[in-house]
Amino acid sequence: MIIVGEKINTSRKSIEEAVASRDAAFIVDVARQQAVAGADYIDVNAGTFVDREAELLCWLVDTVQREVDLPLCLDSPNPQALADALKLHRGEPMVNSISLEEERYDALIPVITSRPCRVIALCMGRTAMPTTVEERVQVGDELVGKLTAAGIPVDKIYVDPLIQPVSVDTNMGVAALVAISRIMEQFPGVNTICGLSNVSFGLPERHLINRNFLALAMCHGLNGAILDPTDKKLMATVFATEMLLGKDEYCQSYIDAYRDGRISGI
Amino acid sequence: MSELKALKEAVIKGDIAAATAETSSSLDGGTDAQRILNDGLISAMDEVGEQFAKGLIFVPQMLRSAKTMKECVELLQPYFKEGDIASKGTVLIGTVKGDLHDIGKNLVSMMLEGAGFKIVDLGVDVSPDTFVQKAREVKPDIVGMSALLSTTMPSMPKTIEALQDAGLRDEIKIMIGGAPVTERYAVEIRADGYASDAGSAVTKAKSLLGIS
Repeated sequence: MIIVGEKINTSRKSIEEAVASRDAAFIVDVARQQAVAGADYIDVNAGTFVDREAELLCWLVDTVQREVDLPLCLDSPNPQALADALKLHRGEPMVNSISLEEERYDALIPVITSRPCRVIALCMGRTAMPTTVEERVQVGDELVGKLTAAGIPVDKIYVDPLIQPVSVDTNMGVAALVAISRIMEQFPGVNTICGLSNVSFGLPERHLINRNFLALAMCHGLNGAILDPTDKKLMATVFATEMLLGKDEYCQSYIDAYRDGRISGI
Repeated sequence: MSELKALKEAVIKGDIAAATAETSSSLDGGTDAQRILNDGLISAMDEVGEQFAKGLIFVPQMLRSAKTMKECVELLQPYFKEGDIASKGTVLIGTVKGDLHDIGKNLVSMMLEGAGFKIVDLGVDVSPDTFVQKAREVKPDIVGMSALLSTTMPSMPKTIEALQDAGLRDEIKIMIGGAPVTERYAVEIRADGYASDAGSAVTKAKSLLGIS
């Protein structure tokens, strides 16, 4: 399971303030906490600074990688910001994200093929958000086809099936789950990844819904998640589910996480 | 009023069967359709919106109540002549250019409709030009814009500017919303109002038009 730590995002107030005041120590601290908690990638997003996004995303890349030895997930819908951040990044980053939207796709392809990187392929339709399994699989299919044809190995692609709230349509959960299985079956070697919070929009006790959705999604083949790795209950779900799915020999990872205090049941 | 109280309760609960039965029996009993709409349905949805804004009820319950109201309005429809239904005002609404997210925008539309506004929904990926063109055509009281991406938010000031250039700005109130949108941003781009959720959008729309 690939864990992308989601906390360095300027849509969070404390991060926005830290980025605005160039508080490197604060940012490094948040990055380090996520690294210690088990993140494989640290997401960096400066999206709320619309006019200065590229500059500030670069500052985040530099600031985090100076102190934390992990690859980053460069998170922006803006191709220019991604191109600039990618140049600065050490190691193999994950790019979040590309979609079928033509302007963005055409601008990003030269960027993400210029050097080794992993890429999140977002199942956003051309004119509407996908709602059914078929719409998701169709967009995923087209994206994987185009990206592999452009020279990106299938195992570097992370398809995001685009999770939508069950509060608005109670079929949205199962549609995403079945789409995950279908995409994983259809393209051997491909990865699937998603954020968890959309699924619980508009409902109480969202953490509970997010955790249970994560377990179900992993059972359907999900092998990446963008989440808060310092949430011990959520990480407990990750480790327990991996173990229950037979992916944790001698239950070692689960036990280690327990011993290190990285997971909690309550 | 007591029979409308039962109707109100059924709408708040989202009980379609009970609400439509109450609507029919009120109509059969000779209650004025406009009164059923105002004092039964809209009044119920006002309460639903308030409860939602306070976090007492949740999105599925709000949807259920809105659906219930819709079914009841259909029963009232034959009693109104074309254009006969008194609306609180017309709202032209859409998700801005480059943005395909429609859930928030749809929830706001639904609640405004429930509160008695006439909604003209332009859908998603709506360009400033389309907003202007439709504003000319529809002559709305309010233009509502939604954006879920920080990259598409700049379409909001662009649309406001386009409405200004078209000489329409003074005749309309502009409301904005969406996850990355803030009150501060609304002030910055000189929108007239911001709302953080569908319940508060109704309150904001009413206050912009001076309706209590």
